[in-house]
Amino acid sequence: MNLPLSITKNIHDWLFELMSAPIAAVVEMVLIAVAFLGFFALAGLLLVYMERRIAAFFQLRLGPNRVGPQGLFQTIADALKLVSKELVVIDKADKFLYNLAPYFVIVASLMALSVLPFSQEFHAFDINIGVFFLLAVSSIGVIGILLGGWASNNKYALIGAMRSGLQTISYELSVGLSILTIVLLAGSLQISEIIAVQQKGGWFIIQGHIPAFIAFMIFMIAGTAETNRAPFDLVEAESELGAGFHTEYSGMKFAYFFLAEFINMFIIAAIGTILFFGGWLSPFGITESIPLLGVMWFMLKVLGLVFLMMWFRWTFPRLRVDQLLTLEWKYLLPINLFNIVFMAVIVWLGLTINF
Amino acid sequence: MTTTIETNTFKSEEYFINMGPQHPATHGVLRLLLTIDGEIIKNVEPDLGYIHRSIEKMCERDSYQQIVHLTDRMDYLSSHINNEAVCLTVENALGLEIPERVKVIRTILAELTRLASHQLWWGVMGMDVGALTTYFYGFRDRELINDIFEETCGARLTMNYNIPGGLMFDIHPNFVKRTKDFIAHFKTKLPEYDTLLTGNVIFQKRTQGVGILTKEDAISFGTTGPVARASGFSCDIRKHHPYSAYDRVQFNEAISTVGDTFTRYQMRIQEMWESISIIDQLIDNIPDGDFKVATNAVIKLPKGEFYQKVETARGELGVFIVSDGKKSPYRMKFRSPGFSNLSALKKMAVGSKLGDLVAIMATLDIVVPDIDR
Repeated sequence: MNLPLSITKNIHDWLFELMSAPIAAVVEMVLIAVAFLGFFALAGLLLVYMERRIAAFFQLRLGPNRVGPQGLFQTIADALKLVSKELVVIDKADKFLYNLAPYFVIVASLMALSVLPFSQEFHAFDINIGVFFLLAVSSIGVIGILLGGWASNNKYALIGAMRSGLQTISYELSVGLSILTIVLLAGSLQISEIIAVQQKGGWFIIQGHIPAFIAFMIFMIAGTAETNRAPFDLVEAESELGAGFHTEYSGMKFAYFFLAEFINMFIIAAIGTILFFGGWLSPFGITESIPLLGVMWFMLKVLGLVFLMMWFRWTFPRLRVDQLLTLEWKYLLPINLFNIVFMAVIVWLGLTINF
Repeated sequence: MTTTIETNTFKSEEYFINMGPQHPATHGVLRLLLTIDGEIIKNVEPDLGYIHRSIEKMCERDSYQQIVHLTDRMDYLSSHINNEAVCLTVENALGLEIPERVKVIRTILAELTRLASHQLWWGVMGMDVGALTTYFYGFRDRELINDIFEETCGARLTMNYNIPGGLMFDIHPNFVKRTKDFIAHFKTKLPEYDTLLTGNVIFQKRTQGVGILTKEDAISFGTTGPVARASGFSCDIRKHHPYSAYDRVQFNEAISTVGDTFTRYQMRIQEMWESISIIDQLIDNIPDGDFKVATNAVIKLPKGEFYQKVETARGELGVFIVSDGKKSPYRMKFRSPGFSNLSALKKMAVGSKLGDLVAIMATLDIVVPDIDR
């Protein structure tokens, strides 16, 4: 029984019975958007909680454990605090751009979220250029960071924004090329198709063996850099720049940047899951007959990769800005280009491992 | 005309930013006037005075017993050693014969202070280069030292345990056992510091070859302590002018010739091992005897000038007293290690990146109240 599909299908049919087709389509879109907004807020808050707890255990502390069971409601309390805080108006800031910046960041991560497949057919927006779409919208976010840093009229914020610009533009290449390596293997940009190929022949990290593993490593490094997290958190290097690009933001505007960072981390982990670990597929196909369990497998894999990124953050020191660029342009990019050719040869000669 | 427009359009522009007085990397209220070109530092000018409390002037009004208390508030991370410096100066001026027991206890406590200071520095060093976890590891071990201090002196930060003539009271019965326990514990934890931070590739790349200070510069700027020793300037007061019980212990002066940020880091890690070895040698051999010698209730130094220097966790602390025979000094001067070490910052930082400046500042191990007094 395909439970998620039947639920969504029932709602879809019911809506189209109830009203005329154009209105029903609009209502359906709004419903989906609201569902994603809800997921966005909830996932963001839970990831913040997870980060704080994990950081605490890395650092011989307990972390938030007072509000609610195991401190689960701590982040909700924090969110309430942020909502009720004053939005400080910066006197000499470029008001329009200053207020616009958080929306760029949050809209970019929300759009990227919409193409993620949570299970078979449990997929809001399955377009034939899915991976390409993910790459395209996730790079909008940097505009928000650049605008925010520029419009705050603060030199620290400006340095943070400049760093963000060069960091994201550089590492976007590596993310794109490592995704391309896997697209060579899959032969499609459509996300459902990529997963279908993995269903037949095993997860890509095994199917593509050496080049896929290299691509995965590069993807995780570049993905961490693109979400501006340690060891690539130069954008908000607190010991150098105070808070970096969001120094002048307060209250809910700051919360948008903050939530978007965590959602971006979720998205990078989700892309990694889709491309390398078979998305919602269960290991060895043990629960393939129950598609609803796909949601669980997908989330488990994503949280595993998120944990990996948190592990980076709480272990490594930060890179310097010139080392950041050296790493990308002198190491990751050449390796990546070589790796694509390697993968093409592997696929051409049929040397993939198929189960 | 067109050429001038073009050069103006593509001219890189230097700009000025204030780093501090409130900034996470300045560890206190230090203000750095930075001129930067993009990320490259063109000029650094430290601006002091934000926490100036005129301690030297206040000394001219206080009795010698009271002066000891003021020195806690200078370099608060080596407060015990600061106290010791004033006490030694006064004792030498009076010509007091200090019991061996006092000398040994002072040395053990001074080394514990050095360990605590270096542990805090190590945590903050990691934090400054972006590894936040080190902070908590450093503090985990520092807490144990603070507990020993609390039990023995009644205070965790501003100890005031030394008085001219000896110690305020005898050591706590648990002191020897707890110190031994701590040393045994810390011997297993110090290698953890290396695995977490020293061995990290990013950390090494961040610090090696950054902020190089040559031996000549180290001497001419008057730097002391681990900063100068990393540049090859042998200046350990404990070795060259032994005081208290340092003449009876075996230890090596941590010294190198590279002079970059990573070497300054290594010097302090090595100093921690040396401190452990010094405590190991002394802790079982605390002689019996009095914990102080009687002094007059109002100490009056003979007329003249007196100077004593000690090795704090940051370098050479000199205490200079000009006495006119009254109960308070006529003039008191502290030669603080932080002030001289900070003066070399410009030499080290100009030409490097903004991130390097933070790493260099961290290895200078500045304590701002020590610089301003």
